[in-house]
Amino acid sequence: MSNKSRLHIPQPSARPGEEPDFSYLPVSPAGAVDRPGISAKTRDIEHLAHEMVRVLDDDHQACGDWDPKLEPDDLQIALRTMVLTRTFDARMQRMQRQGKITFYVQSLGEEAVSVGQGMALKPKDMLFPSYRNQGLFILRGTGLVNMMCQCLSNTRDMCKGRQLPVMYHDKEGRIFSISGNLATQYPHAVGWAMASAIKGEDHVAAAWVGDGSTAEADFHHALTFAAVYQAPVILNVVNNQWAISTFQGFAGGERRPFAAKGLGLGIPGIRVDGNDLLAVYAVTQWAAERARRGGGPTLIELVTYRGGAHSTSDDPTRYRPSKEWQAFPLGDPLERLKGHMIREGHWSEDKQSQLEQEMKDKVDAAWQEAISFGTMSEGPFLDPQDMFEDVLEDMTDHLLLQQEEMLALKD
Amino acid sequence: MAQMNMIQAINSAMDVMLERDPTVIVMGQDVGYFGGVFRCTDGLQRKYGEHRVIDAPIAEGGIIGSAIGIGVNGLRPVAEIQFADYIYPGFDQIASELARLRYRSGGDFFSPVTIRTPCGGGIRGGQTHSQSPEAIFTHVSGIVTVMPSNPYDAKGLLISAIESNDPVVFFEPKRIYNGPFDGDPDKPAVPWTTHPKGEVPEGYYSVPLGAAEVVEPGSDITIVTYGTIVHVAQSAARLAGVDAEVIDVRSLLPLDIDTLRRSVEKTGRCLVAHEATRFGGFGAELATTIQEECFWHLEAPIERVAGWDTPYPHAFEWQYFPGQKRVAAAIRKVMEAA
Repeated sequence: MSNKSRLHIPQPSARPGEEPDFSYLPVSPAGAVDRPGISAKTRDIEHLAHEMVRVLDDDHQACGDWDPKLEPDDLQIALRTMVLTRTFDARMQRMQRQGKITFYVQSLGEEAVSVGQGMALKPKDMLFPSYRNQGLFILRGTGLVNMMCQCLSNTRDMCKGRQLPVMYHDKEGRIFSISGNLATQYPHAVGWAMASAIKGEDHVAAAWVGDGSTAEADFHHALTFAAVYQAPVILNVVNNQWAISTFQGFAGGERRPFAAKGLGLGIPGIRVDGNDLLAVYAVTQWAAERARRGGGPTLIELVTYRGGAHSTSDDPTRYRPSKEWQAFPLGDPLERLKGHMIREGHWSEDKQSQLEQEMKDKVDAAWQEAISFGTMSEGPFLDPQDMFEDVLEDMTDHLLLQQEEMLALKD
Repeated sequence: MAQMNMIQAINSAMDVMLERDPTVIVMGQDVGYFGGVFRCTDGLQRKYGEHRVIDAPIAEGGIIGSAIGIGVNGLRPVAEIQFADYIYPGFDQIASELARLRYRSGGDFFSPVTIRTPCGGGIRGGQTHSQSPEAIFTHVSGIVTVMPSNPYDAKGLLISAIESNDPVVFFEPKRIYNGPFDGDPDKPAVPWTTHPKGEVPEGYYSVPLGAAEVVEPGSDITIVTYGTIVHVAQSAARLAGVDAEVIDVRSLLPLDIDTLRRSVEKTGRCLVAHEATRFGGFGAELATTIQEECFWHLEAPIERVAGWDTPYPHAFEWQYFPGQKRVAAAIRKVMEAA
């Protein structure tokens, strides 16, 4: 201690040109953390917020109480969806670089979060994603063509040309509209879950934010309301270490894990290896079951790494070591699941190559179909007069006048 | 018919809708067991239970944010923000989420949230219990913005707001909760029993959103106003000795342009008045719209009377409030113009 106050400016462990250093990240051995019953009291399971639930060890073997013991068919669904997500991302990233779409956000390195959590939830559970949860849409069958058409703002765009690329939604698939403003969906999920409980249904809500957005007021509002009303909601923090250029310490992650943010409110927190599909599935299933049986909310921190840039408008080589992802102690979620399936004798490198080709073909075909509904440079185009629709349920007089004014300008 | 003040009328609107529609719920700070700091939800929790009339934590952003999610899941939340002065922590949820949800999702999602909030001064509330921020909401595309001036309209408009699939911000001018205040603080308070709009049906009825009302016909000048100033304007016109046509806008958005146009085309003169601050206020929109619609019928420039462009000062409430003298002076100015 000194006799002066001080201002602490959090510093990441390494900057460009320096050796990556993840010594700040405590990692529990696979299988080391116990799996309590879903009726456990928060105060008895506080350690789950500080340790790390892991199922797959370094040899790709599933260990411990949290192993969800998924059938080989389910593992294949998970792997296919993860490979498809990554392939889709790579294609759309390239399309942005070629000027075919204006903007894109990849989920590279975080695929197990959406796929594992999405698989652990039931079809009637409602999802409130962030902009890096494309795996949820792919898993729930929104359709690659529909997603591409949204990115293209073309005639089949679900958002009718009103949203930046990646701000999807899927009403039938029960995935809420992505806002683009951060953490605003968190209280929506809590409210949705409150309504589910008011109606006496057993559907749960799940929401996702990044580590950075936990600093937003909406995050804290949501936690308070979830705790007060014991809403059946799963609040997920995807800790991918970076919020654009600020590392997770700038959101308050230096001294306590994000999973511990709910403990003061009595919300159980689970910190999980976010690159371990089996662990991700297991903790989500635990939280969902607890919520469905009246046990209230759970906060899950999914520890992962943002493998790519924040978005196509970002250049991470300016603020973090270029090889940091390779040094990340939790590896690549895709490689780890694949390694597990090969180890269990359900999979092979040959099958993996075939799968990758199949997914590439699938994405190529979807792109060809998507652009038949219009591109930014070639039609068919959306009708600009539709921009006046959906402001309110019925068009107001003043909007009708503005629509007429715009139409009158057409040559 | 029953005699009701505005508080009772607003309570009755929620009572009727909670009874008629099992998806309606009421939420907000102190609205449940206690019945609201202004008593607008008095007795509702006893009647409909804790799952439908819900006390909320003190977090306006959380109240509105969770109400949005509740609305998305098929219920119809009526959220109270205890004072309009406290709505700002929830403003992002209103402007960025509630107002845009239908639009951004191509019409696939919406949330039929009604936000009730008491506004306006003249109650010794100082700068944190007196504001009239309605123009901020009309400036956000996608929010229906309403301010009734009497018990009959308050109930009918609130029922329409709750039934609407659009988000509605419903401002309640608290100075006239208990009686029609004419702008003279030295006169004894007058209860709603003395006013024809204090007669309110006990059952269901609605007043449409988007319809202004001519509350007093006249031929010399049109006074376009809403909220508390409706009553001030009527008294000020008598003070100025002019035959004024007073229009209560009631619904700021959607705006009933036709009613404004018809009146100003008839009178050729127009005054716009509200309690909120003047600069960038809703009066600017009203005056411009009327100028665009009626310019060739105008015989004088349109005048505005509004709160001064300062925060609402505690000690100078009546110098701040656009009372009868200021409105009457503006009426004379419009009448005396060439």
